[in-house]
Amino acid sequence: MRKYKYQIPRRLLQISILFIFFGGNAYGWNVLRGNLSSAKVLDAIPLSDPFAVLQSYSAGASIATDALVGALIILLFYAVLGGRVFCGWVCPVNMVTDLACKIRTSFNLDTIWKSWDIQRGVRFWVIGLSVVLSAILGVAAFEWISPIGALHRGIIYGFGFGWAFVLIVFLFDLFAVKNGFCGHLCPLGGFYSIVGRFGFLRIGYDKAKCTSCMKCIEICPEEQVLSIVNQHSGAVLSGECINCGRCIEVCDDNAVKFSSIYLNKYSNNK
Amino acid sequence: MPERRDFLVNAIKGLGLAATGGLAWSGFIEEGKSAPLILRPPGALPEKEFIASCIKCGMCVEACPYDALALAEPGDDKPIGTPFFTPRTNPCYMCKDIPCVPACPTGSLDESLVSDKDENGELKLNINLAKMGLAVIDRETCIAYSGIQCDACYRSCPRIDEAITIDYTRNKRTGKHALRAPVVHSEACTGCGLCEKACVTQKSSIFVLPREIAMGKSSERYIKGWDERDGERIKDVTEEVTTQTPRSGKSAIDYLNNEDF
Repeated sequence: MRKYKYQIPRRLLQISILFIFFGGNAYGWNVLRGNLSSAKVLDAIPLSDPFAVLQSYSAGASIATDALVGALIILLFYAVLGGRVFCGWVCPVNMVTDLACKIRTSFNLDTIWKSWDIQRGVRFWVIGLSVVLSAILGVAAFEWISPIGALHRGIIYGFGFGWAFVLIVFLFDLFAVKNGFCGHLCPLGGFYSIVGRFGFLRIGYDKAKCTSCMKCIEICPEEQVLSIVNQHSGAVLSGECINCGRCIEVCDDNAVKFSSIYLNKYSNNK
Repeated sequence: MPERRDFLVNAIKGLGLAATGGLAWSGFIEEGKSAPLILRPPGALPEKEFIASCIKCGMCVEACPYDALALAEPGDDKPIGTPFFTPRTNPCYMCKDIPCVPACPTGSLDESLVSDKDENGELKLNINLAKMGLAVIDRETCIAYSGIQCDACYRSCPRIDEAITIDYTRNKRTGKHALRAPVVHSEACTGCGLCEKACVTQKSSIFVLPREIAMGKSSERYIKGWDERDGERIKDVTEEVTTQTPRSGKSAIDYLNNEDF
């Protein structure tokens, strides 16, 4: 069970958020209505996807108060919490890409083929493109093609051909690039990695306990963030960490645990 | 200087890839944007502003008590994720409190477009101000225009006798019957589509189109002198205005009287 200490609550959260949204539309539950683009809690507190609002703004729309307040709430929440908690704990595409990654590793696809590789920094180019294209085309450009939107809208309001967008991501991750979408391309993930750079929730690493088995690096969907492993004790500083806790689950030595960037225990001294 | 060269090569590579991706991406968006046959919920901003500001949250869809609204998904051939309705199956029932409009967090559905002042000077929602589309009649398939007694659209219209009236004329074909033809008036029609749903022909002979598509536009200079409101536009004109064009200095061509015919 310890191996799924965080994975079970993560899946529960991801699924239950979708389920509450679904119930809001299908049965009129008034807890959380809308979807991951914009929502209302208890018919009072607005929430909005700050990246979508940014694109709308770039597209030339005047932003209404509800959308702006909602975007600020979400922005502040993830900025304080830190890391890409949205990606690891809320976003439904995480379940799709994790599944692709699991199949990929259990069939050893990585050793059979020399896989394609693209740089992790591509997502920041995609952020730039999203904003520029929004300005040129007059619509929120990433929202238009987003498999995240297609998936949660599909589940809450019914799929059209939206499932095809999700299937593309699944196949891309399975056959082309390992952790290809979430770890390389998704501009929303890139956006949250910037937002969450200085938040408090971090993976802390204790070199004294570490036996250098490298299981954490193997399991990590963003292995570049674990550069401190085998080097020195400290906290994972990169905002690209999705705080999924897989590294904690696989570590047999108790060398990795959730910590805070601001706690002295794992301060980044050599 | 290998570093500078690497940097330049990488920068060009990145820009090239971004251009390729960006062009494919824009192509896909432009394709979807160019679908103009879409009917928006009441109070929607003009289409261009609407697709810029709509965040695709679906709260208008949830607010609609008749489940008339849906979000467009890939394959619907409409701007992805934005709300629309299909009158033949699910028209807008024109709720007095217009629940879909206040639900919108981005103002893409704008309350001010469907509100007017009541007797106390307070802004109040008024669904009759909605301009979702305009009903258009195909006179060749409408059975009322062939002399059959049908007033399904007229009876279903929430603004009966304003948006749809019945034109009584003589049936010239039989010479002894009346022709009771429905006529739509654009200033009153909200585009709700109840008429389209009610129409008894196999494929509806009255249907709602977006107003930009269904309506023409005449130039400013044509003034309906017999219409008091339209006549006001020239109330303050005192001197005679003549339009100068490249031709207007020359005399009129009078070939019928002057030339050999």
